[in-house]
Amino acid sequence: MMDYKYILSRKIQGIQFSGIRRFFDIAAEMENVISLGVGEPDFKTPWSIREAGIRSLENGKTWYTSNAGLAELKKEISFYLKRRFDLEYDAKHEVLVTVGGSEGIDACIRSFVNPGDEVIVPEPSFVAYAPMAELAGAAVVPLPTKVENQFKITAEELKAVITPKTKLLIFPYPNNPTGAVMTREDMEPLAQVLRETDIIVLSDEIYCELAYGGQHVSMASLPGMRERTIVINGFSKSFAMTGWRLGYACGPAPVILQMTKVHQYAIMCAPTTSQYAAIEALRSCDDAVRKMREEYDLRRRLLVHGLNEIGLTCFEPKGAFYVFPSIRSTGLSSEEFCEKLLYSQKVAVVPGPAFGKSGEGHVRISYSYSIQHLMTALDKIKDFLAEIK
Amino acid sequence: MEKLLKILSENARISNQQLAVMLNMSEAEVKAKIAECEEAGILQGYKAVVDWEKVDKEYLTAFIEIKVTPKRDWGFDEIANMIANFEEVESVYLMSGGYDLFVTVSGRSFKDVALFVAKRLSPMDSVLSTATHFILHKYKEKNIMMGTSPKDEREVTTL
Repeated sequence: MMDYKYILSRKIQGIQFSGIRRFFDIAAEMENVISLGVGEPDFKTPWSIREAGIRSLENGKTWYTSNAGLAELKKEISFYLKRRFDLEYDAKHEVLVTVGGSEGIDACIRSFVNPGDEVIVPEPSFVAYAPMAELAGAAVVPLPTKVENQFKITAEELKAVITPKTKLLIFPYPNNPTGAVMTREDMEPLAQVLRETDIIVLSDEIYCELAYGGQHVSMASLPGMRERTIVINGFSKSFAMTGWRLGYACGPAPVILQMTKVHQYAIMCAPTTSQYAAIEALRSCDDAVRKMREEYDLRRRLLVHGLNEIGLTCFEPKGAFYVFPSIRSTGLSSEEFCEKLLYSQKVAVVPGPAFGKSGEGHVRISYSYSIQHLMTALDKIKDFLAEIK
Repeated sequence: MEKLLKILSENARISNQQLAVMLNMSEAEVKAKIAECEEAGILQGYKAVVDWEKVDKEYLTAFIEIKVTPKRDWGFDEIANMIANFEEVESVYLMSGGYDLFVTVSGRSFKDVALFVAKRLSPMDSVLSTATHFILHKYKEKNIMMGTSPKDEREVTTL
């Protein structure tokens, strides 16, 4: 008998499955569960984008593309970033097309980390940063953000975790799971700290099109930050293209050059069909993106108000499609709350600690669901709160 | 106002309070806006979308294409209004193309509707001809997929 425990890598065995997964495996076994857990748009990819993908297949575009991606797509990415966020990247040397934002994050971390380097990971945040950094041999340094700061990072908090070994700062705004955003004014004090260092910012801007009440600002657009920032972005959230698995990374040419090696040996190239579809997305879907954003905004307002009204206080999330209410008033831990809510009302939400220890006392609720669905769920959560009183 | 109308056109049962929250307006403002739209005839009514197939197999709807002779001075208005006045008639539209009026009629049976066409519509002075099409099954109405509610196909991913 093979004892895989001794054969498999100790490092990968030391990494836990995400708390989201464990929780939703339970939910998946139950019938008629009202989920508020999904982290992807409920919208289907706009038709013109799907059509562009289909057309590329009809035209027999079924080969690999060059490693870094179709030249035409890279050009469109560069135009788009200029048009929307005033970022300038040379399409030839500063853009890498990846398999979703995730691969960009991985390639970026692997391109910078030497054994023992420290990677600062704000909490709560997307579950993949810390495991990817660990796999790359980095020491993960958590940076807990606080609800009283609207889950933003402050300059003092940042300074407190910087050491001579700090290599990377993960900068995930608009934020999953809190919905926090950081404005230019919020970022400037951080930039001031960072400009004195050689720390690189991995700015994950995957939710950039989902900012409510104010255009998203990229860290890379602040004075002096372009040379020390790698922008990770993608099509999943902005264009409702999760299943197409397409993203991109932009940064200074010497960095993109090394990242391209990680990418070409691990992945070869991003899916060709998706790349053709993405060209269409960037060229002619501003209107579809705006409409989706407006719809999310209505739901967001409804949900935030509804939760506050029934006693689950939440600060106003200004980005992404999540609300991160406090459940402290119930006296339950996040896990207990989610489990009880699931068994009693069949409503599934994600416990805050799935996104880092500092998520305790909160749950993540996604509003990538219809208004009707959200209203039903709110009623059920209300019933649940009355029940446990 | 356009946003308010859009939300109501998708779900008329949303409360004024919820509308106020979604639109960042006060409840009083929403109430006033709705009253204003009702007054101006912009908001014409609020009705449920019912899948009658599930309740009463005897209920059916027909589309009727009608060719008419327009009257001097009145154009199509007179005959259109006369047809609209029948209780059985749900909607009347003036059309471009191969016929003039498009009418939807509901009844309890094929016979009901056929008799209505034969006895009341066809004999009207201006009516030249009719063509009646019965709906056999409704797949989608008012943007709502009839039948069972669509399943959320998104799978559990870790993020």
